[in-house]
Amino acid sequence: MSTATQPDLFAKVQASKERLDAHVREMVEWHFNPETGCPFWLNWAQEAGWDPRKEVTSYADLDKFGNFQDDELRGGPVRRWVPKGLAHRPVYVFETGGSTGVPKSRVQMDDFRIDYENFSETLPDEHFPKGADWLMLGPSGPRRLRLAVEHLAQHRGGIAFSVDLDPRWVIKLIKRGQIQEAELYKQHCIDQALTILRAHEVKCMFTTPKLLEALCEKINLEKAGIKGVFCGGTEMTPQFHRFAVEELLGPNIYFAPTYGNTLMGLATHKAPEPEDNWAIIYYPPVPRAVLEVVDFDDATKIVGYGETGRVRLTTLTKETFIPRFLERDECEREAPCDQYPWDGVRNVRPFSRFQKSVVEGVY
Amino acid sequence: MLHLPILRYGKPYRSVDTATAVHYRTRQPFVEASQANAGLIRRDLARQHEAAAILQGFTTRELIAMAGKASGYFLNDTLPLGDSAQSPQEFVEAVSATTGLPWVMVRRNMAKIAGVLASMETVLMGLTRLPNLDMLDSGVGDIDGRALSFFPRGDSMGVILPSNSPGVHSLWAPAIALKTPLILKPGSSELWTPYRIIQAYVKAGVPAEVFGYYPTSHAGGGEILRGTGRGMLFGDVAAAKAWSGDPRIEIHGPGYSKIILADDGAAGWEKYLDLMVDSVSNNSGRSCVNCSSIWTTGDGRALAEALAERLARIKPTAEDDPNAAVAPLANPDVAKRISAMVDSELDGGAEDLCAKVRGSGRVAEWDGCTYLLPSVIHVPSKEHSLANREFGYPHVSVVQVEPHDLPECLGPTLVCTALTNDKRLHQRLLANPHIGRLNLGPISTMKISWDQPHEGNLFDHLYSRRAFQAVPELVG
Repeated sequence: MSTATQPDLFAKVQASKERLDAHVREMVEWHFNPETGCPFWLNWAQEAGWDPRKEVTSYADLDKFGNFQDDELRGGPVRRWVPKGLAHRPVYVFETGGSTGVPKSRVQMDDFRIDYENFSETLPDEHFPKGADWLMLGPSGPRRLRLAVEHLAQHRGGIAFSVDLDPRWVIKLIKRGQIQEAELYKQHCIDQALTILRAHEVKCMFTTPKLLEALCEKINLEKAGIKGVFCGGTEMTPQFHRFAVEELLGPNIYFAPTYGNTLMGLATHKAPEPEDNWAIIYYPPVPRAVLEVVDFDDATKIVGYGETGRVRLTTLTKETFIPRFLERDECEREAPCDQYPWDGVRNVRPFSRFQKSVVEGVY
Repeated sequence: MLHLPILRYGKPYRSVDTATAVHYRTRQPFVEASQANAGLIRRDLARQHEAAAILQGFTTRELIAMAGKASGYFLNDTLPLGDSAQSPQEFVEAVSATTGLPWVMVRRNMAKIAGVLASMETVLMGLTRLPNLDMLDSGVGDIDGRALSFFPRGDSMGVILPSNSPGVHSLWAPAIALKTPLILKPGSSELWTPYRIIQAYVKAGVPAEVFGYYPTSHAGGGEILRGTGRGMLFGDVAAAKAWSGDPRIEIHGPGYSKIILADDGAAGWEKYLDLMVDSVSNNSGRSCVNCSSIWTTGDGRALAEALAERLARIKPTAEDDPNAAVAPLANPDVAKRISAMVDSELDGGAEDLCAKVRGSGRVAEWDGCTYLLPSVIHVPSKEHSLANREFGYPHVSVVQVEPHDLPECLGPTLVCTALTNDKRLHQRLLANPHIGRLNLGPISTMKISWDQPHEGNLFDHLYSRRAFQAVPELVG
């Protein structure tokens, strides 16, 4: 693991912190200004009895909000989340996976485009060629991912082909114990992907770990012309990382694992090094989103580097302000590195203490 | 720490994901096993037909001979174990360390497995009832002039193994002689025995490429069962229920094995006490062939009191004690949960007579370990919730019933030992579809005869018969 002890890295980390603090001040000013903020946060500030614009001057000050309760994002009216300063813009609403109860919603205007344009900068052009067409083998419907990947392809000059895939149906099948039906549905999705790959010249793709496995059981992706695979949506273990690189894809296809969700955007992976032993290390898109690893029993306490804790997300964009949101994931805290001079997360996996098991389907 | 790799058609593979099994006493990690991800298993299963083709290249006689050699190697030789090697005594100590079984019980199970390997011809004759095992090579033959043909139902058999006791491995071990490759998911704390059986077979000449050994998650186990042509599952009630509708899978859940005493047997129960004690407590009550309930038309209370007096003598001893009769549980919390479950149902007149004789509860701490000491539950009626239960330690319920209740009141029963000379009851037992193995007379529920199908017929599971006709010049 790299550490923040080298002088140049230390300076970068400090600069990053200062940039983050400045960004926090800008975002708090936007979201709590009666002219630009959204009804939810303006009402919140009124009831809380303190003015964040006066009392929040740094990222650390966001602790004053306490942990954000995700139930606030469930149900309507979703317009309570639309900042007045952006009310003139066309609004999208995206939902989370829906694997547990009423899905959480996030309204957006441009965030999904901005996030994926930033992510695009991390993709190597030789494996994700500019102008190449994409296959989006992932969830359709009210998912941000669907439009985001299409925008990624367009941003890089390509066209995205996509499939019909309803992950909620798969989750229902699995919960009912209809495993065979779920397998058939997965095959239905793979069949759509195979048709696209055979009919069009596709060089890049997004897919989920399970769908990548299923697709590679049917086709040699290198022979099919694929040069780069961007993978995400569900948990990836180090062993899956190794298996994907060594056996599913081979040495000539670039594998880009990512960690993301509708609320955060996209955390990119650090290029793997032998000493990582296939650990997947992600860094969030600071300052637009920050990931921290907090103590299981005290969510205000950040754990030490290399220690395990729960993932805590803070989203800081003009469209969305979500401070201190406890994710359904756990991981190890990763030190800043030269490329990403801020905290990262290692080996993200479902939160082990949850009593209610989460069903993850094909998506 | 010792590491056990995945075996991908015999080839060791060290996974990035690992799981550790702890020593039952120290609770410290004892062995680490590579964990197979589900996709890796599915990818390997796409090649199972290649493994099947390899075994088809041997004659049954050759495979039987190799099984005979493997028996000796399993019992007596130092065999590969990961990057190191393991002597027979080290094997005994390792199984004991992660399962809690005393050495003497591990050795008994070891002898059972070696026995089935050594007796492979007898086993196959018992399973197939063929007069000539060469028919297994040609797939065709005749019995008394009647044509016979059969074919394998799948390219391999996937087996989801338990952690409670190594004896169950004797059930799948004959698959190799039946030319069926094995895809094994070992129990999380009994990683040792399947690995050693594979190594013994390989040393005896069976190609390593016909064995898959995949320590994996519950989901990985599901991939094995879904992806292999035939399957075998050892598990609890919930696991068994999940696969109960799949005819490809032979399920080994709780056995609910029983002893019934009627008429003269019920009147003379005292002379069967040794048999009852053995059936209940052998192998520390961990086997599905252990007797978990006794049904008598005589004085149930008197029988239960006498049995309680005998079983209450069982005490924890050192793991190397040759007379050890009860095993500690590898996880102390499990012992407490099971005991609490039994206690919660001790109402409506049910009583643990063993605890009464001992003067103490069934959870015992000894030498840093947690034990479940025997329990003999006298239940007031056949409808009581504890009348027909199985808990994986020396536990037996004694139920007094009316003669006309038998055998319909028994329900699913893996092994039934009937102690009675009542011929009409014999007939009713023989006609009962819920009894897996019927012992008429004083035979322990634990006793297995290798020339009989046991806990399902492996040959019928792996092969199917077909109609067959041919002109004479086309069959040799």
